[in-house]
Amino acid sequence: MKLVRLIEFLRNRLKTVIWVCCGVLALVVLCDAIPAMVDKQDAHTAAEHVPGFWALFGLIGCALIIILSKWYGHAGIMTREDYYEEKKDSEGADHD
Amino acid sequence: MTNFWLHPSLILMVGALLLPLVPRGIKKWYLLLVPILLFARILAISSAMQNGPFSTGIVKYLDWELTFGRVDRLSQVFGYIMSLMCILGTLYGVHVKDDKQHIAAWFYVAGSIGAIYAGDYITLFLFWELMAFSSVFLIWFRGRGESMAAGYRYLLVHVAGGLALLAGIVWHCKTQGSWAFNPLDVHHPTPAIYLIMIGFVLNAAVPPLHAWLPDAYGEATFNGSVFMCAFTTKTAVYALCRGFAGMEILVPLGVIMALYGVVYAVLENDCRRLLAYHIISQVGYMVAAVGLGTEMAINGACAHAFAHILYKGLLFMGCGSVLYMTGESKFTELGGLWKKMPWTFVFTLIGGLSISAFPLFSGFVSKSMIVSAGFEQHKLWVGFLLLLASAGTFLHTGLKVPYFIWFGKNQPKKATWDRAGEPPWNMVGAMAIAAFLCIFIGCYTPYLYKMLPYPEEAMKYLPYTSYHVSETLQILLFTGLGFFLLLKKLKPEAVISLDTDWFYRMGGRAFLKLARGPVQAVDTLVGELYRLAGLLPLMLTAKAAALFDNYIIDGLVDGVAKAISGVGRRLRFAQRGQMQQNLTFAFAVAAALIVAFIIYSIR
Repeated sequence: MKLVRLIEFLRNRLKTVIWVCCGVLALVVLCDAIPAMVDKQDAHTAAEHVPGFWALFGLIGCALIIILSKWYGHAGIMTREDYYEEKKDSEGADHD
Repeated sequence: MTNFWLHPSLILMVGALLLPLVPRGIKKWYLLLVPILLFARILAISSAMQNGPFSTGIVKYLDWELTFGRVDRLSQVFGYIMSLMCILGTLYGVHVKDDKQHIAAWFYVAGSIGAIYAGDYITLFLFWELMAFSSVFLIWFRGRGESMAAGYRYLLVHVAGGLALLAGIVWHCKTQGSWAFNPLDVHHPTPAIYLIMIGFVLNAAVPPLHAWLPDAYGEATFNGSVFMCAFTTKTAVYALCRGFAGMEILVPLGVIMALYGVVYAVLENDCRRLLAYHIISQVGYMVAAVGLGTEMAINGACAHAFAHILYKGLLFMGCGSVLYMTGESKFTELGGLWKKMPWTFVFTLIGGLSISAFPLFSGFVSKSMIVSAGFEQHKLWVGFLLLLASAGTFLHTGLKVPYFIWFGKNQPKKATWDRAGEPPWNMVGAMAIAAFLCIFIGCYTPYLYKMLPYPEEAMKYLPYTSYHVSETLQILLFTGLGFFLLLKKLKPEAVISLDTDWFYRMGGRAFLKLARGPVQAVDTLVGELYRLAGLLPLMLTAKAAALFDNYIIDGLVDGVAKAISGVGRRLRFAQRGQMQQNLTFAFAVAAALIVAFIIYSIR
């Protein structure tokens, strides 16, 4: 199957893929810093004029979501899978 | 009826009722034909609307005027996408041989479309309840013990919401003197308006009234979830757009929804429950847009609902395929499926990129309208928090779901691995069409924008500005970087997360304990007291009455009988054998008695 071979090809060259991705990240921030490429007239706040503002927003936002959510989960929200079980459920069929 | 109007829901209802009679050989074609007829009917209504909005299918019943067909741009955009989704959902499950699953799904869609075209509150409420009562079967038909319980919880929550809605409707309409379902006075809301809003926001899954959604959608059948993710919440969004545009409180509620879903998605181990939490998050954008209430915001709410129905349907199809083929939906039980289900991976990824609002995918041209509407109204916090939620969406749906199912270090059990493979042709076909539409909408904006309630305003909106593309790419790509940097923290854990359903699940259990414990003890005590104070004296009295009956009453009656019997025995000897002698004797006695009577009378 061609699709499987393509995924296999990329997986076998994982380091190259990672470098390409890093290059894309750098390129996106670079483009943001060039006024001729990204017109910042549509910006809503002064902070958005800083090159790479949204990149930082994405990275910090992502980290905050993960860390705060996990903290919240481990504060007692996450619990064992059979928490609500009173007795063993009967097995069902997903195939029709 | 003042005029005949073929209601689109009627096509589905009649189609569903006839389904068991259709021969097995042509059933698959019939299953596809009915939703296509529905879609054709919606297109016919669209062409009839060219001259402007109209109301039809008006029925006078008792004191009410029921409007089954209120057709305008708002109802039409929802009718269009729902009928399209009905085709895709039916195609996805067309191989399912169990007729009742299709019947439940079609009645559910009929309820949704009926509510969309309802012009009055009574019609709206009837179809609203039809939705709840038919969709619960899509959960029950999975057949697991937990599905049965989840179905009952789903039904109870929706009945409670329906009661709030009905109370609000009756209260509001009796004070206003009209049953027409029109925009409400959101700047001076009355308690009745709040009750109606509670009914709507419960179906939209606004926290804390949201826990039914992950509970039910995670437990429904593999194709039932595909239907469910598209209709209930989006019908609620339609109802909010119709009645509550500009209701301020919906803005913070919508933003809370958008973030709440993201937080719980981090914790979730079940892929379908994760997607369900992201429904809450995405519907949050729509609810916030309704609260903003401008033309741009309402356009955004409708556009996002349209796009959401397709990409969320696609995501549920992808995860439903994994469940159908492997029997598993937990990340801890899955991994490395790219070799076995590569096309399902690609389609799910397209759904993930669409919901994350990647440029060239549908979410990009719909979600950004809502964020822009927030910024335009100078509500910066709305814009920034919705963009933060957008990062969270990509983190989970665009990265976590594909990574931990199709890649990751986890290896599924051998039985799971052996079962895995691409799903049947119809499931792949439905995913392919949905994926195509997600990309088509993202690339060719007029297709969607021309359908929106305010098309002129929509056509003025340009999503593909350099700034917007740069902003989005930066947020999403650096979210991707954060995902891989913090991958260890995101490793799935075999746990569940407690949500607000804890209150009614444990509350119900506490109620049962109360019933089994103190209430039953009191009941036993009352029973014992009754036995001692009531039953024992009653038994003693009955015993005394029986003795009285046996010895006094029966003795008296027996004595009289014995006496009569004795007199009879003695009289027997006075009788002669011949009839003439007996008669003579009798007449003589009678004559003697008459003479005695006459003499007595004369004296």
